[in-house]
Amino acid sequence: MIEIRNVSKWYGQTQVLANASTHVAKGEVVVVCGPSGSGKSTLIKCVNGLEPFTEGTITVDGVSVGDPKTDLPRLRARVGMVFQHFELFPHMSVEQNLALAQVKVLGRSKEEALARGAVLLDRVGLRDHATKFPGQLSGGQQQRVAIARALAMDPICLLFDEPTSALDPEMIGEVLDVMVELAQEGMTMMCVTHEMGFARKVARRVVFMDHGEIVEDAPTGAFFDAPASERAKTFLSRILRH
Amino acid sequence: MNYHWNWSIFLEQVKSGDETYLDWLLTGLGWTLALSLTAWALALTIGIVVGALRSTPSRLLVAIGNAWVELFRNIPLLVQMFLWFFVVPEFLPRDWSLWVKQEMPAKEFVTAALCLGFFTSARIAEQVRAGVGSLPRGQRDAALALGLTLPQAYRQVLLPQALRIVIPPLTSEFMNVFKNSSVAFAIGVLELTFQARQMQEDSEQGIETYLAVTLLYFICAFSANRGMAWIEARSRVPGLIARTN
Ligand SMILES: Nc1ncnc2c1ncn2[C@@H]1O[C@H](COP(=O)(O)OP(=O)(O)OP(=O)(O)O)[C@@H](O)[C@H]1O
Ligand SMILES: [Mg+2]
Repeated sequence: MIEIRNVSKWYGQTQVLANASTHVAKGEVVVVCGPSGSGKSTLIKCVNGLEPFTEGTITVDGVSVGDPKTDLPRLRARVGMVFQHFELFPHMSVEQNLALAQVKVLGRSKEEALARGAVLLDRVGLRDHATKFPGQLSGGQQQRVAIARALAMDPICLLFDEPTSALDPEMIGEVLDVMVELAQEGMTMMCVTHEMGFARKVARRVVFMDHGEIVEDAPTGAFFDAPASERAKTFLSRILRH
Repeated sequence: MNYHWNWSIFLEQVKSGDETYLDWLLTGLGWTLALSLTAWALALTIGIVVGALRSTPSRLLVAIGNAWVELFRNIPLLVQMFLWFFVVPEFLPRDWSLWVKQEMPAKEFVTAALCLGFFTSARIAEQVRAGVGSLPRGQRDAALALGLTLPQAYRQVLLPQALRIVIPPLTSEFMNVFKNSSVAFAIGVLELTFQARQMQEDSEQGIETYLAVTLLYFICAFSANRGMAWIEARSRVPGLIARTN
């Protein structure tokens, strides 16, 4: 589904991605982790073309992201993305947030979009909040709306960039529950996260990054039980201590 | 002060016709309103587009937007009025030039509205660019990630938020348009300041004249202020507080 081959990226002189290769097969969950500044966000944003990359190729469902001829908006409409800071549109109600791209991009009617939105809101446990505005919701509720907004586009895969790291601890669970459910239903997911419990539960593989490099790309069990590199060992011991 | 006050001067007939001085001032007020509102509509449209261009990732679009802003921001408004009125028509193709000089209806008004509109648009563009720039980068990403095109992202997501943020500076621009419209007397638009000068010379009651005109300008600018405050209240979003990340 997602194929990343030898991708490199420079900001001027500094290299932020170094020959990164990995893949996510259909129905698979892959977790990406690594220290701050290691290039996780950059990598995941390359997948839907929010960040251009300098070298290499990325294909999603056979469509080349870096190809100038690719209709990026069309590709992005099929790839859902969930952000660290939710990024709901604050000037729109929850139901408008869910309906916007369905109407403007997929060409659904307003009624159809609202109905689809209502189903998804119900699914993330927020049926009663459709007419509220993002600023009136807690962080955990906002992130669940953001997931519903991505799902409303009927995506072929979902990208997550640290979806729980801006949340208060007591709200992390409600968001992870939704993500676990999606994974168990067979959604293809690429998740940047440091929630190792989540990784153990649903991830097929863990990708460990450091300094723009993919240092390890291993099956989940192997990664946790016997990380091959010193850097991954240090990283794991640091985050598992909390 | 040895001044002969005459507050009933406004109801007296002008020396050269059967209108009253009040008629003159009201005509002036009408042109001032027409000029200011036309210029404002133009300025808002162009200002939003140019401001949006300047906030895009495209260097070319940014350069075009910057050039527009610098062009109108660095020349005094009065000089711009003269430039548009006397100089620009000379540089048009010959047929257009003749048409503008001889046949264009309401030549002074159209010139003044364009000039004031362009001048104000440069200032609005600056506000709009700053407004879009103040939004978190993630808003653009989120809009694009949903499959919206860049123009759609601006139209649906970025500009509605940016415009709410810049309502306070836009309010002073709107008030400035009324005040700046007085410069149009210099090219012969029959607006309020033009009529005031004419009344002063005709009636020799300069103090009453200018006090009345002062009051009329004050009412215009104050109404503009109240109107924008009403829009601001109506567009307020429940639960929205400025985010700091
Ligand atoms: N616009 C930019 N210009 C220059 N360097 C940048 C830019 N954006 C990111 N970087 C650099 O790229 C590197 C990777 O950033 P990235 O955000 O992908 O890291 P990350 O792994 O997501 O970190 P975090 O865990 O803090 O989110 C960092 O060293 C960062 O400083
Ligand atoms: Mg990041």
